[in-house]
Amino acid sequence: MQIKLWINDKEYIDDVLPDTLLLDFLRSKGQLSVKRGCETSNCGLCTVILESKPILSCSFLAVRANGLHVTTMEGLQEEAAEFGNFLADEGAEQCGFCSPGFIMNVLSMVKELNNPTEDEIKKYLEGNLCRCTGYMGQLRAVRKFLLLKNNREVSHEVC
Amino acid sequence: MKFVNKGVRKKDSIALVTGKPVYTDDVTQGCNLVVKLLRSPHSHAIINEINTEKAKKVPGIECILTYEDVPKSRFTTAGQTYPEPSPYDRLILDKRLRCVGDPVAIVAGLDEKSVDKALGLIKVKYEVLEALLDYRTAIDNKIIVHPEDDFKTLCDVGADNKRNICSSDAMEVGDVEKDFKNCAHIIEETYTTKANNQSMMETFRTQTSIDTYGRLTVITSTQVPFHVRRILSNALQIPKSKIRVIKPRIGGGFGAKQTIVSEIFPAIVTWKTGKPAKMVYSRKESFTNGSPRHEAEMKIRLGADENGIIKAIHMFSLWNAGAYGDHGPTTVGLSGHKAMTIYNAASYKFENEVVYSNTMGAGAFRGYGATQGFFALESAVNELAAKLNMDPTVLRMNNMLTQKNVGKIMPTYYNEELKSCTLDKCMLKAKEMINWDEKFPSKDIGNDKVRSVGCAVAMQGSGISSCDVGAVEIRLNDEGFYTLLIGATDMGTGCDTILAQIAADCLDTDYDNIVVHGVDTDLSPYDTGSYASSTTYITGMAVVKTCEVLRDKILSEGARLLGCKPEDAEFDGKQVVCAGTGKTISLAEIGYASYVGTNAYLTATRSHFSPTSPPPFMAGLVEIELDKLTGKIDIIDYVGVVDCGTVINPNLARIQAEGGIVQGMGMTLYEDVKYDENGRMLNDSFMQYKIPSRMDVGKIRVDFESSYEPTGPFGAKSIGELVINTPAPAIANAVYNATNINMRSLPITGEKILTKMINNGQN
Ligand code: FES
Ligand code: FES
Repeated sequence: MQIKLWINDKEYIDDVLPDTLLLDFLRSKGQLSVKRGCETSNCGLCTVILESKPILSCSFLAVRANGLHVTTMEGLQEEAAEFGNFLADEGAEQCGFCSPGFIMNVLSMVKELNNPTEDEIKKYLEGNLCRCTGYMGQLRAVRKFLLLKNNREVSHEVC
Repeated sequence: MKFVNKGVRKKDSIALVTGKPVYTDDVTQGCNLVVKLLRSPHSHAIINEINTEKAKKVPGIECILTYEDVPKSRFTTAGQTYPEPSPYDRLILDKRLRCVGDPVAIVAGLDEKSVDKALGLIKVKYEVLEALLDYRTAIDNKIIVHPEDDFKTLCDVGADNKRNICSSDAMEVGDVEKDFKNCAHIIEETYTTKANNQSMMETFRTQTSIDTYGRLTVITSTQVPFHVRRILSNALQIPKSKIRVIKPRIGGGFGAKQTIVSEIFPAIVTWKTGKPAKMVYSRKESFTNGSPRHEAEMKIRLGADENGIIKAIHMFSLWNAGAYGDHGPTTVGLSGHKAMTIYNAASYKFENEVVYSNTMGAGAFRGYGATQGFFALESAVNELAAKLNMDPTVLRMNNMLTQKNVGKIMPTYYNEELKSCTLDKCMLKAKEMINWDEKFPSKDIGNDKVRSVGCAVAMQGSGISSCDVGAVEIRLNDEGFYTLLIGATDMGTGCDTILAQIAADCLDTDYDNIVVHGVDTDLSPYDTGSYASSTTYITGMAVVKTCEVLRDKILSEGARLLGCKPEDAEFDGKQVVCAGTGKTISLAEIGYASYVGTNAYLTATRSHFSPTSPPPFMAGLVEIELDKLTGKIDIIDYVGVVDCGTVINPNLARIQAEGGIVQGMGMTLYEDVKYDENGRMLNDSFMQYKIPSRMDVGKIRVDFESSYEPTGPFGAKSIGELVINTPAPAIANAVYNATNINMRSLPITGEKILTKMINNGQN
C-alpha cells in the first residue's frame, strides 16, 4: 500500500507491504544509523523519533508512520556529535553498535526531563541495552553533558 | 610518553557516535542474494531423504544446497592458529544432525520473502535418533554424537569420538595425595556453570562476492580474518589464494566471532552462483546456533594447613562441547592452568575431559574457560576461609601471587616466570575503596534485608605463548605522515587507537599523524586475530619493533639526503639533523623525496610473538543487598582493581573493565542457556535470555595498580578477558556472607537462594 511520510523532513511516497517494519523501511531508504539488535523490542538499538517521541522501529509497522515525521540520527548529526563527544571522551562508544539508538534516546530525554536525577536518567534509558560498556561510562557521559547543558541554560538566563 | 597512558579518543569515535554506515550490513547494501538455512528441528537425526524440487521453483530462488552438494572434507570452525587443537568434526552440511538448529539446507534467493517461502517447501524425511542431552553421561554412552570414521584431530588432544570424548588431559606437579595427607583442612566440592551467550549487539553477518580477478571476497564481522580465510579454504576446498577477507567495524564479539559462524553459507552460495550473497543471523539464530561459553562441572579438592596456608590443589573439569568441539580442548585448559596458578601451593593436579552431546556447539567467550575455573576455585577458597573462620581477603594475601613472587617460576603455568605482579596492592586498594574491614562479613539493615560483601581474585594471560603472531607494517608517506597497517581486529576495544598511541610515541610524532588501516587479508600483515587478550601485548610489541626499524631507515635516508653519515645524524621525530654541519631535513621533505626518482620508499614491517604470556591480575570486591524474604540480590557496589602492567589508554581500559564486570554479573545472576527435554533452547530471545540492563548493575568502580611488564610494549599486559572472572565467585561469597549458604552452581537466582534457605530452616 502507498504511504507518505517525512524522514528527516524529506518527503517520501512509497509502496510498502503491510508487514514491512519501519526499521527495514528506514534502512532501505539509506538511514543506516538505525540498527537491529533483537527483534523483540528489548534492546533499544532501533530507536528513532516519531514526531517528537522516541519509538522502537523494530516493533512499528511502516504503514503506521503514514502522514508522520520520522527523525533518525542522519537528521540529527550535530546534536549527535555534541553528545557523542562526551561519550567518546569516556571511551563509552566501545563497539558503537548501540550508540545511535542510545544517543537518540538521550537526546529525547534531554528534551523531556528537566534536571533528572541519576535514577531518573537510568530509568529513562533502561530500554537501551549495551553489551560492551557496562553502562557506567555512558552514565558519566550523560551527567557531564547535562552539566554543560544546564550551565549553558543558566548562563543564558543570567545574560 | 605523550600518548601512551593517556585517555585519547578512539580513532573511529566520531563515525560511531554519529551513526555512520561502517558495519558489515551497512557497507554491503545493494543487490545481494539473501541466504538462510533450513535448520534441524531435532537434536539428533539422520536425513533419510530431502526433496528441494518444489522449493527451487519458488520465483526468486537462485540456489538450494543440501549435503549432497557440498565438499566432504571435515573441518573446524574454531578460529585458532593452524594446526588447530579443535577436532575436525564438521561438514558444511551433514546427513547427520547433532543439535537443534544444525543446518539441513542452504537457501539463497532474491529477497527474504521468497527464501522464507522456499524454506517451508523443502521436504525432509528425518530418522529421529535418541539424543544425548546430559553431558555428564556422555562418556561411553550408547548414543554416539560423532560416529563418523573421517573424524580427525590435527593435534593430540586425547580425543576419542567413539566414546564421545572431544579431548582429555591430565597433569600433576608434586605429589597431591601425599600433601593432602598433611592438610589440616580440606575442602572438597563440585561447582557448575552454565552455557552463556555472548550477546554482542551485532549478530553474526557476512557478505560475499566475486571480484574482478575471479576471487571470493568476504566482508564479515569477525575477530579472526586470517583464520576465516584458512577455514573457508578448508571447508569449501578452494585455494587460499582465491579468498580475500575484509573486516569492517564490528558490533562486539567477546569471543563469539572467534568462531566462524555466518561465513561459510553465503561463501558457498557465491562460489556456486557467482553472485553476491549475504547472511545476517537473527537474534534467535545467534542464540540457538552461535558459539556460547562451555557449560562445565568442576570438582575441587583444596587442602591447607592449620594456619590456612594452601598446600595442595586438585581440580577436575568436565566440559560440555555440545555437538561440535570448537575451542573445547583449549578452553578447558585455562580452567585449571590459569585458576590454580594464582595460588602458591606445594602440589597441583589438574585433570579434564571435554565431551560431546546433542546440545548446540560451544566456543570462545571472554575469559575462555578461566572464568569457569575461577568461579570454582575462588569459591572453594572462600569456603576454606569460612571453615577457618578467616577473612577471605586475608587468606588470599597469605596464599596468592604478590609482588614478592616476582621472579618465581610458575609450575602450573608452563613453567613461565612471573615478571610483574601487584595483585597484593590491587587487593589492598580494593578493600579500602569498598571499606571492606568495616563491612565484612555482613550487616542486617532491617526490613529483612542484609548487606554483605564478597571477594575474589583472578588472572588471565596476554596472548598465547610461543604460538600466536602479530605483524604490522608502517609506511612513511609524502608530507611526513604515517600509515599503520595492522592485521589485528578492532572489535570496539580500541586496538586501532591503542596501537596508534604506541606508534606515535615510538616515532615521536603526533597521534593524528598516524593513519590506521583495519584488516584486509590482501593488504594487512598477518595477525592471528584479536583473542586471547593478545592485541595490546603482542601486536603492540610488533609496533614497537617496526617503529625502531623505520626510525633507522628514516635516519639513514635523511642523512643520505643531507650528505652525512647516519652515525653523525639524529632523528627527533620531526627532522633529521646532521651533527657536523647543523643541516636539517624535515620528515615531510624526506617523505616527499622518498616518492621521487632514486630515493627509497620508506616502509618497515616486523612481527612479534612472545615465549611468555604474562598474567594481568585483578581483585574484585562486591557489596550486595540480599532480601531474606525473596532471596533477591541487588548489587550495590562493585570495586575492581586491575594490574594490567602499564595502562596504555586508561579510558578504554576502564570501559573494558566495567563492561567485563557487568558481563560477569549477568553470568552470575541470570544468564543461563536452557533446553527443553528435546534439546531445543528455551530462552532464545532477549525477552527470555536476560543480559544486565543499566538498572541491574549498581555502582561499578574500577582502578588500576600498574606494574611494569618487561616483555610488553611500554610495560603493558592485557586486560580484555581478565575482567570477567571475579564477579561470579565474589557475588557467591557475598551471598554466603549474608546467609551462610554456599551457592555452587550458576546462575545464582533468588529462587535458588530462597529454596536453600527454606531447606536450612532459615526462612
Ligand atoms: S531491535 Fe528494536 S528493540 Fe531491539
Ligand atoms: S558499545 Fe557495544 S553494545 Fe554498546
